[in-house]
Amino acid sequence: MEWIAIRLSLRVASVATLVATPLGIALAWLLARRNFWGKSLLDALIHLPLVLPPVVTGYLLLLTFGRRGLVGGWLADHLGIVFAFRWTGAALACGVMAFPLLVRPMRLSIEAVDQKLEQAAETLGAAPLKVFFTVTLPLALPGVLAGMVLGFAKAIGEFGATITFVSNIPGETQTISSAIYSLIQTPDGDAAALRLVVVSVIIAVAALVGSEWFARRATARLHGN
Amino acid sequence: MLRVDVEKQLGEFSLSATFESEGRVTGLFGASGSGKTSLVNMIAGLLRPDRGTISIDGDILDDTGKAIHVQPWRRRIGYVFQDARLFPHLNVTQNLDYGRRMNRLAEDAAQRKRVTELLDIGHLLDRRPGKLSGGERQRVALGRALLAKPRLLLLDEPLGALDEGRRAEILPYLVRLRDEARIPMVYVSHDPAELRQLATQIVLLKDGRVTSFGGVKVLSG
Repeated sequence: MEWIAIRLSLRVASVATLVATPLGIALAWLLARRNFWGKSLLDALIHLPLVLPPVVTGYLLLLTFGRRGLVGGWLADHLGIVFAFRWTGAALACGVMAFPLLVRPMRLSIEAVDQKLEQAAETLGAAPLKVFFTVTLPLALPGVLAGMVLGFAKAIGEFGATITFVSNIPGETQTISSAIYSLIQTPDGDAAALRLVVVSVIIAVAALVGSEWFARRATARLHGN
Repeated sequence: MLRVDVEKQLGEFSLSATFESEGRVTGLFGASGSGKTSLVNMIAGLLRPDRGTISIDGDILDDTGKAIHVQPWRRRIGYVFQDARLFPHLNVTQNLDYGRRMNRLAEDAAQRKRVTELLDIGHLLDRRPGKLSGGERQRVALGRALLAKPRLLLLDEPLGALDEGRRAEILPYLVRLRDEARIPMVYVSHDPAELRQLATQIVLLKDGRVTSFGGVKVLSG
């Protein structure tokens, strides 16, 4: 049960992070570099899962992406993608919950890239998309990686939204957190729960140290050493 | 030939400049705050004029009347900034190659050799910009702009961030560039001595207006 939960958590968090990253980079760039109508609304929307009770986020996901939800029903009928009570749903819940933490370092690192360098690239013949991929993104890369690490750590630990949206089914949606929750409520589960607690602590600490390391790399990179 | 006839309102400051230049090096002279950099940014396409036209050899780059604004990356105008603006994540070789790669130009080893020799930067090729002195950075920035094969080169106080000794070190390279590279240049400076050595023609700018235009002797007037 423990290994199954750990493996599932790793899979759910990896998929959530990998899918959220391109979207996160795009939104981070938009928030860092563009002014448009509804920008603060978009910013608020991204941060909403951070302040909303996770059970509310999970319930909203169930209403939207459930089998009979507006989006969920369409996806199931037309593309055969089902989220409800599947590990994919756990990945969606973790992705949504991790998104604010993932976007923030990306946005800050893109903001820190000197726009004068982007102008210089333009005068050398680089169109905006090329400027982004050859100047902005490489210089923001440590922040992008830091965002991925933080998002991954958050996704690993997500509990409230996941259990509300996709329940707690061993082998399908039972991540480390929901496994610990189940074990604590089982008479002889303490030892197993404790082992999973140690694993979560290790993953969380590794993620924080990792993102700190990336932040330091970012500074070195921006100074061209 | 470069023709500029533009107006631009920047907050309280209004810029209105008209000039034509045929010379090899057009010196844009004026005190700081006279609008030199804004004018050069408009030629580069980084700033859009409110009204007017900019053209090179009859090729229209800006014409507000016809809603024409050629984007900076399509202008083929090189720009050397006061602060060099080398890409910190690329080494000197990669910085030099950047314009060629972006414009999909074929590799031109002879041109590359000429430019690195002219600017004396051959021994710096593997270094990152963070490991270069101010003068070296400025020479690499010059090389980077030249290797993109521009039809016009803009230099915005390229010596402005350097101390007296470094200036004396770079100036000869600029003179060589003028005499050997055969690319028309617009050279911005607030230092008359620098322009006397380099420019073949002067545009005098004061408070956003062109007050005089002509040979180097207008500097003494």
